[in-house]
Amino acid sequence: MAARLYRAGGFVADDWLLLGDEDAVPETGRLILPLARFLELAGAGRSEPRFAVLVKAHEDPQLLAPHLAGLTLVAVAFEKFSDGRGYSTARLLRQRLGFTGEVRAVGDVLLDQIPLMRRVGFDGFAVSNEPTIRALEAGHDVDVPLYLQPSERSDEVPAGARYWARRPSGAQLS
Amino acid sequence: MYRYDEFDAHFVSARVEQFRDQVRRRLAGDLTEDQFKPLRLMNGVYLQLHAYMLRIAIPYGTLDARQMRRLAHIARTYDRGYGHFTTRQNIQFNWPRLKDIPDILEQLAEVEMHAIQTSGNCIRNVTADHFSGAAADEIVDPRPYAEILRQWSSLHPEFSFLPRKFKIAVTGAPHDRAAVQVHDIGLQAVRGADGNIGFTVFVGGGLGRTPMVGRKVRDFLPEEDLLAYSEAILRVYNRYGRRDNKYKARIKILVHETGLETLKADIEREFEEIRGGVLDLPQAEIDRIVGYFAPPELDAGADDEAFERAVAADPALAAFAECNVHAHHGAGHASITISLKPVGKAPGDATAEQMEVVADLAERYGHNEIRVSHEQNLVLPHVRKSDIPAVFAVLVGAGLGDANAGLVTDIIACPGMDYCALATARSIPVAQRISERFASLQRQRDIGDLKIKISGCINACGHHHVGHIGILGVEKKGEEYYQITLGGSADENTSVGEIIGRGFSYDEIVDAIEKVVDTYVDLRSDPAEDFLAAYRRVGDAPFKEALYGSA
Repeated sequence: MAARLYRAGGFVADDWLLLGDEDAVPETGRLILPLARFLELAGAGRSEPRFAVLVKAHEDPQLLAPHLAGLTLVAVAFEKFSDGRGYSTARLLRQRLGFTGEVRAVGDVLLDQIPLMRRVGFDGFAVSNEPTIRALEAGHDVDVPLYLQPSERSDEVPAGARYWARRPSGAQLS
Repeated sequence: MYRYDEFDAHFVSARVEQFRDQVRRRLAGDLTEDQFKPLRLMNGVYLQLHAYMLRIAIPYGTLDARQMRRLAHIARTYDRGYGHFTTRQNIQFNWPRLKDIPDILEQLAEVEMHAIQTSGNCIRNVTADHFSGAAADEIVDPRPYAEILRQWSSLHPEFSFLPRKFKIAVTGAPHDRAAVQVHDIGLQAVRGADGNIGFTVFVGGGLGRTPMVGRKVRDFLPEEDLLAYSEAILRVYNRYGRRDNKYKARIKILVHETGLETLKADIEREFEEIRGGVLDLPQAEIDRIVGYFAPPELDAGADDEAFERAVAADPALAAFAECNVHAHHGAGHASITISLKPVGKAPGDATAEQMEVVADLAERYGHNEIRVSHEQNLVLPHVRKSDIPAVFAVLVGAGLGDANAGLVTDIIACPGMDYCALATARSIPVAQRISERFASLQRQRDIGDLKIKISGCINACGHHHVGHIGILGVEKKGEEYYQITLGGSADENTSVGEIIGRGFSYDEIVDAIEKVVDTYVDLRSDPAEDFLAAYRRVGDAPFKEALYGSA
């Protein structure tokens, strides 16, 4: 089934179309292009606000550095949920490249990984796994809301006096 | 030792509830076994040959009497009355039921314990020298750094789905008892010219199918850079480590295939970006954690006199003193190794009753501290020497008095085919038979320091590659065969043992090991030349000849 986009606590409409490696580029509509095609078009002077990029697990997000200012969305592919490279990709986009647009996880995106994905900078989740959709719709939170490392989230606050300890700003340490 | 504050207590309970929910969703069919597997592994739950196995973290091998008693209680209530201490300073229970595991984790949380990251493709429990904070030769107690790394790596959002498992070990003494050079990251504390603490950093050590000794990437990493540098190594590994073949996925293969200099440059480049940021360790934070590991208040009046008199009068105590009593930095004190290697028993196993005896001893004589060694023994790190005769008597009464620490019967063995789904041969019965062959303590003492390590398959959980004598069990045409390697070591002069020749059957292996040992005894230059030194001097020829005859 088609993926549904989860953002900021709820499912939202999504008009971005994920373009395959071989698909022709339509004249209209918002498109998520594979990294190589995006770079190729950009190299040919074709950068449009309706273009976004898909970065696969093995690809280097730093290739996007010169283009990020013109982008509102970078999607990161999880072919398998157990392939953790996408976490570093998101981290680099946020921490190293200072990207402030949407970083979206697409592919094998599952409930138990979403809390970790949030902390490395993802803020959009294209979910197709049915139990995950159901759990998110029901507001089922599976996070351990206490953290021991710095993260890319702006809504984490110190939890007590310890140097590292953090918690989400909403949660009380009771 | 480290104590949980309110944050840690909430963290661990929230983690238990998270796992309870994951088990519920697995049983309800919302999670497939494939999706559930990494989640249960990150809580220490394995599916073994006969049942689930639960591996509980004992961070850097340190625990107190209350925690040990809780382990005894779990052994009695949820298992078959015993537990198995592992080569990574953890304990595992071989017979819990999946539905009981959330309750077990809850009971552990009550005593500040957990099973987080004892398995799976994540940063595992950080290990350290079992004599930390006690050893006479120590530069600095490595446990505060292990604790800092433990906290940083707990549920690390970026590094929970690594290509493969990732093990870190820290030692604070020049004589490495933590085998740091066979870990993914090995840290050896050193004191810089200005008196500051830093670490010599090794990367890419590991055993398994492709044993490799860690390569040095830093002579001196200042302590404040510990997390930033670790994060750099992990990020390079997470991005570039192989994921196409699980047997080539450890960082050692990345080091090998990329080349040390290139990889070192990758790490340094990443480190340059990270350093000077939020991961720099403030001195106040180091001091705060160090505060938890303040040495116990030792009896300033303690001396060696009564102990030496007792040793002179009792040969059994003298034997124990020679092997199982280790030099302490405090006058009149010592660290005691409690052998979990009695002749004919499974290495590393302890019954609930034995755990309780050790807990009592720790409270009465040992400042309430217990350690687990990676050699699968227990340690009382701080004991007044004048109390050792009383401690020894209690240990003997509990079947824990074997004076064989470091000797030929102090064998490391993986669970092998008796428990493990991966094993291709039995390990424990081989260890038992070897210990029976060398049962005479007189003979063991005459042989001297000798580490035998046994693995039941090429994954090498029994560390056979770094045994002075290593034994690897393999399966050949439906039969168990045992390959012997000689000359391995996991200390500051780490080396991987060399295969001596064709393997031996289950029936032949004990005779073969005895031949190797007897050959050594015959050729050593004097009784002080231990097996490893003799092997390094003469090479494998005399051993080959003894085993296979001259060609």
